[in-house]
Amino acid sequence: MGILDFLKRKPEPTAAVAKERLRIIVAQERSTRGAPDYLPLLRNELLEVIKKYVHVDLEAININVERDSGHEILELSVALPEHAEAKPG
Amino acid sequence: MTAEIIVVTSGKGGVGKTTTSASLATGLAMAGKKVAVIDFDVGLRNLDLIMGCERRVVYDFVNVVHGEATLKQALIKDKRYENLYVLAASQTRDKDALTQEGVEKVLEELGKEGFDYVVCDSPAGIEKGAHLAMYFADHAVVVVNPEVSSVRDSDRILGLLSSKTRRAERGDGAIKQHLLLTRYNPARVAVGEMLSVKDVEEILGINVVGVIPESENVLAASNAGVPVILDDNSHAGQAYSDTVARILGEERAMRFLDAPKKGFFQRVFGG
Repeated sequence: MGILDFLKRKPEPTAAVAKERLRIIVAQERSTRGAPDYLPLLRNELLEVIKKYVHVDLEAININVERDSGHEILELSVALPEHAEAKPG
Repeated sequence: MTAEIIVVTSGKGGVGKTTTSASLATGLAMAGKKVAVIDFDVGLRNLDLIMGCERRVVYDFVNVVHGEATLKQALIKDKRYENLYVLAASQTRDKDALTQEGVEKVLEELGKEGFDYVVCDSPAGIEKGAHLAMYFADHAVVVVNPEVSSVRDSDRILGLLSSKTRRAERGDGAIKQHLLLTRYNPARVAVGEMLSVKDVEEILGINVVGVIPESENVLAASNAGVPVILDDNSHAGQAYSDTVARILGEERAMRFLDAPKKGFFQRVFGG
């Protein structure tokens, strides 16, 4: 730290932000790794259907493929917003 | 006899794959191994420049695969080490010039010719060239920079290595994966501007086999066509030497992870 440092604008310590973002995205991508290619499309179409009834966005839908010996489980969860109101027909 | 096949890969471009391939192959040759280093980047030949043999390329990898030249004719003998050979990439624009069978045949022939190691310099991306470079590998060196897109791509490559390779398909035991962190700047890590070795290891869940500090000597070496591992005075060259020794099973402590101490004038006036 030099006495002339105040003349230079200090860059933000951003490594922590990078690490946190990577931690989340890497975990998410690992969970769908090797899953069928139609998964993102399936997710979008499900969203369209659900949207007919409740307001949710893409992040509310979580799809997971789990492999057990011999069979695969497609796990789907939808987080409904609080006080979800049914859309009028 | 079969050669040990090492792929140098990364997903993202520009992180130092070719620099690493050249130094790794040269380092293995310095350790007395018979080594061939192959450029898999069809259409964008560059390993020849980094190895400094660009004017001696007559036949290339695709010529050998298509039977237009023998392997012996296409292998370029290194001027510095007689047990080191380069096989250049083709400059053809035909992306399908390489086939899995063709690559397998060349690798088998190298084994029969008594090569101990074949280093496969992968193109960027996850398309055919990258797939072929990693498919037959026994070891993988995944080159990563301490930067978000590179780290994310490396994770994807690590996933492909454990599923889309011959070893994975046959259940022959996993590819030995080595993570190599390059362009590391300890001073920026110290002030929290750059992901640290530990951060990258934690995110990817794998320990590094080496850390190459960011260094002006890397550009100088590529300008001259001399693999940077031959520059004993540079930290980057020394870090590559350590990395090769570790890949060969030696234990070496990590060096150059801390920012150099600042002198009096630097402390007073900054910089």
